[in-house]
Amino acid sequence: MAAERPIAPFGRRLCRVGESHATGGYRIFSLIDEVGPEPAPGQFYMLTAAGDWEGAGGRPFLPRAISVARTSGRKGAVRLDFLIDVVGPGTGRLAGLVHGDGCHLAGPFGQGFSMPKQLNPDAAGAILVGGGIGIAPLAMQRRALTGRGVASRTLLGFRDRAHSGGVEELFGCEETRLAFEDGSSGHTGYVTDLLLRMLDGDDSGRGVVYSCGPPAMLEAVRRICADYSVPVELALESPMACGYGACFGCAVPLVRGGYMRLCVDGPVVRGDEIASAMAGEAGAG
Amino acid sequence: MNDPGRSGPAIDLSTDLCGIPLAGPVLNGSGTFDALAARKAFGDELLNDFPFAGFVSKTITVEPRAGNPPHRLWETPSGMINSIGLPNPGLSAFCERDLGPLTELGVPLIVSVMADSAPGFAELVEAVGGRDGVSGIELNVSCPNVHSGLIVGEQPDEITALLESLRGLTDLPLIVKLTPNVANPELIAAAAEAAGADAVSLINTIKATAIDPDSNRSWLGAGGGGLSGPAVRPVALAQVRAVSAAVSIPVVGMGGVTDGSSALEFILAGARVVAVGTENFRDPRAGQVVRDGLEEALHRRGFSSLAEAQASTLS
Repeated sequence: MAAERPIAPFGRRLCRVGESHATGGYRIFSLIDEVGPEPAPGQFYMLTAAGDWEGAGGRPFLPRAISVARTSGRKGAVRLDFLIDVVGPGTGRLAGLVHGDGCHLAGPFGQGFSMPKQLNPDAAGAILVGGGIGIAPLAMQRRALTGRGVASRTLLGFRDRAHSGGVEELFGCEETRLAFEDGSSGHTGYVTDLLLRMLDGDDSGRGVVYSCGPPAMLEAVRRICADYSVPVELALESPMACGYGACFGCAVPLVRGGYMRLCVDGPVVRGDEIASAMAGEAGAG
Repeated sequence: MNDPGRSGPAIDLSTDLCGIPLAGPVLNGSGTFDALAARKAFGDELLNDFPFAGFVSKTITVEPRAGNPPHRLWETPSGMINSIGLPNPGLSAFCERDLGPLTELGVPLIVSVMADSAPGFAELVEAVGGRDGVSGIELNVSCPNVHSGLIVGEQPDEITALLESLRGLTDLPLIVKLTPNVANPELIAAAAEAAGADAVSLINTIKATAIDPDSNRSWLGAGGGGLSGPAVRPVALAQVRAVSAAVSIPVVGMGGVTDGSSALEFILAGARVVAVGTENFRDPRAGQVVRDGLEEALHRRGFSSLAEAQASTLS
């Protein structure tokens, strides 16, 4: 159904960090990939800061799966931007990377987002619903939609200001509607309130929804879209050792029974494929 | 892979495992590299540069298995716990769909099988053993026998009975994958050898769990799993050494092999070949890295061939 995915070069490669800076409570850093193809929106990479691997009491041991927030072509290379929230030793090492540091990278992996017409032949536009660090792959999908002339509206939700890093930088002056749980700006409450309001006021039969964010938010989006019969694609997260189908660790329960491997059959999944968006809650950091 | 930085002359790494000819001594551990999924992720480059000299399939059971509920993974210091639960399509779908492509990887194929009874094992061994392109069968015995309730791989008597029931069913090499969760793995290995096993492989993962201190629950969906990675290497080396001393059939050594130096440690402990498992998750080309690194390590030690290192013994 979805487009042909870009194929990863075999193996992991050592890339250099181009640039890194703080954004809100997060970090953005870029890697210069001189080997791989340009990734599709929603695809991810397995990343490990090269220096001092296993330096903190034998951790991090495994690479971390991080989706791409932005890409740009450079001469003979692709610049990949990643948005990082420090939740453990792996993301902590990645957030500490500065210009010139080495970072092991494998990918791009997984199945990214579809285009709206692939989800709904009558689709006239898309709604992007992001939360927290999950805004990263939506920023890339939004650019892809704009590039193809597809109208989209963006709804982003955050706990507070500190957890809203990257909004201006990744979404620029594009129109975004924001929700803050602490009422610091925009709508006070959840981003799903904004989604409900939009679907109520819309001809929802002509839209599709793309979403990424915390599991509870994704599950709420999945249920709302099911209620309104709007096709939805969710970018999920799961603890993952390898990223390419070897470890079978990233199991997500399917509606039809059994599990999918999120790394090869996701990380973008249709809302009606999965039993719940809550099952794969990440824990390793 | 050409590495202009490598020093010294090429060293002959060719070997064999109970009659299975191998271009080098590095296999994958069962369930740690899905060649078909990797083909999808990496395309044909995988086949042009396949990282292992022999490929061991994930474990196949008679009936399909969905595997364990999440979480299935937990990172530990220098390792990880998995509680994957042997998801696989079952014998019929494996033979119809997966076996063909696995025989086209360009390296010998060893199929790993598991059952909860001797008749179940017999069905698997007969079905897989009769197929072209299969070079050997690995018996995963880290499971309970439904009739006795005992873990087959923990009991010499169970191993003897199982091997005796299977030995007449195939001429292919039978490799017994030993569990490390016993006091004396060499007794299990000796029973396997006496009953007709052609090789043993070890170690499987070490029983382990991870507790969430804030909830009184295990982090793992199934409550526990098996530890792997460099964290287990010292245990694996001791067990490989003890088993190698106790049997004359070849030993496949694994448990935290990450590079040439750790591979050489296993060879010196008595392993004929090594298998790379968890390291594949960190580096999809880990098999090549280990092979190239082993060649370097042999050269550094002054060995002129792998065979010379295989024949040397610990002092």
